[in-house]
Amino acid sequence: MKRHGRTLNRLLMALVFLFLYAPIFVLIVFSFNDSSSRTVWQGFTLRWYVELVQDRQIMSALSATLLVSLLSTVIATAAGTMAAVGFFSMKKRWRRPLLTVNSIPMTNADIVTGVSLCLLFVAFFAGWETFAQSVNAAQGLIRLPTRLHMGFGTLLIAHITFNIPYVILNVLPKLRQMDKNLVDAAQDLGCTWMQAFWKVVLPEIKPGIVSGALIAFTMSVDDFVISYFTAGSATSTLAMVVYGMTKRRISPKINAISSLLFGTVLALLVIVNVREARQEKQMAQRRL
Amino acid sequence: MSKKLIRLADCCMAFDGELVLDHINLYFNDSEFLTLLGPSGCGKTTTLRIIGGFLTPTSGEVLFDGARINDIPPNLRQVNTVFQRYALFPHLNVFENVAFGLRIPKTADDGRKKVRVPEEEIRSRVLEMLEVVSLKGFERRRINELSGGQQQRVAIARALVNRPKVLLLDEPLGALDLRLRKDMQSELKRIQQQLGITFIYVTHDQEEALAMSDTIVVMDQGRIQQIGTPEDIYNEPKNAFVADFIGESNILDGVMHEDYVVEFFNRKFKCLDKGFAPMESVDVVIRPEDIDIVPQEKGQLRGTVTSVTFKGVHYDTIVDFKGFKWLIQTTDYHPEGETIGIVLNPDDIHIMRKSEYSGMFGDYSSYSEEYEEIGGFDGAEEAAREAGHEE
Repeated sequence: MKRHGRTLNRLLMALVFLFLYAPIFVLIVFSFNDSSSRTVWQGFTLRWYVELVQDRQIMSALSATLLVSLLSTVIATAAGTMAAVGFFSMKKRWRRPLLTVNSIPMTNADIVTGVSLCLLFVAFFAGWETFAQSVNAAQGLIRLPTRLHMGFGTLLIAHITFNIPYVILNVLPKLRQMDKNLVDAAQDLGCTWMQAFWKVVLPEIKPGIVSGALIAFTMSVDDFVISYFTAGSATSTLAMVVYGMTKRRISPKINAISSLLFGTVLALLVIVNVREARQEKQMAQRRL
Repeated sequence: MSKKLIRLADCCMAFDGELVLDHINLYFNDSEFLTLLGPSGCGKTTTLRIIGGFLTPTSGEVLFDGARINDIPPNLRQVNTVFQRYALFPHLNVFENVAFGLRIPKTADDGRKKVRVPEEEIRSRVLEMLEVVSLKGFERRRINELSGGQQQRVAIARALVNRPKVLLLDEPLGALDLRLRKDMQSELKRIQQQLGITFIYVTHDQEEALAMSDTIVVMDQGRIQQIGTPEDIYNEPKNAFVADFIGESNILDGVMHEDYVVEFFNRKFKCLDKGFAPMESVDVVIRPEDIDIVPQEKGQLRGTVTSVTFKGVHYDTIVDFKGFKWLIQTTDYHPEGETIGIVLNPDDIHIMRKSEYSGMFGDYSSYSEEYEEIGGFDGAEEAAREAGHEE
């Protein structure tokens, strides 16, 4: 009886993994298929990957994706770290509710975040137009542009917005683990508060900052819905290009590009997890 | 030697409207080893943090060498601190931890220019200080590779390498085991004498305070209860709180008939105290180790032994005198139930004026419970709380 139970368990487990990963596995396998068919295997090729590199639309989407991911990661990491320090030194009465507010965007449906950001930008542009027109009418020295469009700028702002909470949530635990007397000790030894932050606090919370940055980068590369609503018509990320391609004739290039996206995100997540495991080990050692 | 280096003038400190320091007036002499002693919550750490610059008193003045330093931040004070649980920098090795303060550029006395200590000098000063704390050869060790005692020494070296005029120590030995604590006590005393600077030491451990200090300041409820040398504090406690907190004491109600004559248990005793009003009621302190046990017919007082505990060097003997139980420490064994007599010499009896603490301490009637608590420092606090003087 017990034996049967265990077999059943394993079978269920196998099924779960099959449903989760079989589609991705098939996708990756067929990205190397020497045919336009998505069902019949015709032999190995790297043709679709070569075509990717030659496709100008995809290459520009790739550069846009990398640029927006890198920039938003850097900015969100800096802002998120500062915010975490702020949260940390807050009184509990204020910290609790504000932290809840901070984590809402992470659980919120992407489509809601995307649409609301889109509406915000549209509303802001409308307001800006009136403002710019009145400024231009009042004087002749500077010409303010009256019509603004969604594009790389709005895409970047959106990505920074949804990345900040992840950074905060990764940095805050490191601040909590830190011996509170460290800052006092640094000041006691001659540091100003700023010097103490750079010399003592930053090295202590660095692992959290790096994890936060990695997760933020992954989120950025990964994102489709929010980008779709905030990038405007001229800018596209890789995810958006893939979506666009599925609407037209379906090319195996989709398989290739999706495989690459999957590989990148997977690699990043593996790095984050390995780092976390290693840190936990170190913390355990430190406690001994 | 007796220059007043730091003065706290009428300092009060309140957190959220609660008074933690109540009009503290205190001065610290140059090159003395001064201990702030008291139960937790008595205000001793707050006092230390005010001197370190981490807290600004709600009212009153902090004077350093005669100059007001209330608003000078910690990084600009000539004071360094050894923190509770050390607060060493985990990402730096022993050498860099000790060198930390020397690597911060300091503003020169004359101008605005920042002055850096040359690398050569940093090296020699750090190595010299590691030698003082007996950690030569540990420069490259990581902090988490050190034992508690070694970390303690790094913390002391890290503070002392900056050549402060005053070293503040916040319960630095609290996390060490008993054996190590005793070693570090004499080590600290040696370092203090070797360098000749002022140590201000915070502890709740009365033995530690008695063993190391030139001066002890006993605090409770944000107020200074007594200032004096260890001998003064032990032999001449000012009130029942001090008598109970420092060592063990039998405290009884008495009446001063005239100079040198006190009455308790309906019997007059000779003592060495004077200057009380005729028939003033007082607290009488008798230390357990000062009491001589004699055969009952020779005793001034007669009582029955109710419990005996072997303590190694002596026996803790509880003796019932007409319902009031005394603790007597004696090397002779007297079994439970034996009736004994005691003799009190004039210099065994110490008279204190009545205070708010009168009647709270010094009765060993509930000996068995209190007994456990007396051993540890936290016990004193517990006992005090039970006696109702601390909420």
